[in-house]
Amino acid sequence: MRFADKVVVVTGASRGIGKEIARAFAAEGAKVACVATTENGANATASEIGNGAKGYACDVSDSAAVDSMIESVVADLGTPAVLVNNAGITKDTLILRMKDEDFDRVINVNLKGAFNCIRAVAKPMMKARYGRIVNLSSVIGLHGGAGQANYAASKAGVVGLTLSVAKELGSRNITCNAIAPGFIETDMTEDLPAEFREHVEKTAPAGRLGTAADIAPAVLFFSSEESAYVTGQTLTVDGGLFL
Amino acid sequence: MSADTLEKVRKVTVEELGVKEEEVVESASFTEDLGADSLDVVELVMAFEDEFGIDIPDDEVGEIKTVGDAVTYIDKKKSA
Repeated sequence: MRFADKVVVVTGASRGIGKEIARAFAAEGAKVACVATTENGANATASEIGNGAKGYACDVSDSAAVDSMIESVVADLGTPAVLVNNAGITKDTLILRMKDEDFDRVINVNLKGAFNCIRAVAKPMMKARYGRIVNLSSVIGLHGGAGQANYAASKAGVVGLTLSVAKELGSRNITCNAIAPGFIETDMTEDLPAEFREHVEKTAPAGRLGTAADIAPAVLFFSSEESAYVTGQTLTVDGGLFL
Repeated sequence: MSADTLEKVRKVTVEELGVKEEEVVESASFTEDLGADSLDVVELVMAFEDEFGIDIPDDEVGEIKTVGDAVTYIDKKKSA
């Protein structure tokens, strides 16, 4: 049990990659705080994965809500050893059609949400002299994507955030790394056109889209005690699609 | 200089920096004598804000170099 009794906070835990990450941590003994926008979503994952997991309803773009959510986690479960910033949304459209609110909302959830959670856990992690922060970026943040200017900017921002956190908190035995998933079978990618799926299947050396179960082990590595000397890195997990 | 403020500043400093109480004298510099790095200073300032219910803006943090500076600054803020 690599995470026995460690407190792990996973945002965006109600479905997709986040749910699988939460499940993988619980299977390794962690007490997981499952954060999602709805109470039902958060509690559903928590009761499904068990091992003392608890659901927390919180909009990560709301910094006051994040502060009080983290306070509750500390009071209920203890100081988080691991924070996984996975919560993310898309509002895809071409730049000419992209409304201010489409851009702002994606940045506020994907980038500011990660910042809000990091700021909230930084103090208890610094006091504990231990922390592992893993941010979910995306291959779109590294390579761009037509129709995804907002999402790409938010996920590139996550890489810069990761580097700064690594530098700022490293002296307190806190690491911060990012994962850049490729195209993963989730609700978020289910509306992709069939041609695009075929393109991925033909182009990626792995010959298929990824699954949430392909991402979770990479997150667990960056969250482990053994990865102490790895910080500020972004690991692409895309089946080789962008090679 | 308020004795009450000094007592609380010393208590907070001992808690935040993990130093011995006798080291926390008025002339002690947080960074040079008490071994605080930039993150420690931020934590200390935030702890002072909580303890005394005041706001210490970033551009005024530079005024607080020693334990005595902190007491003087906090007394000034509280009487303002």
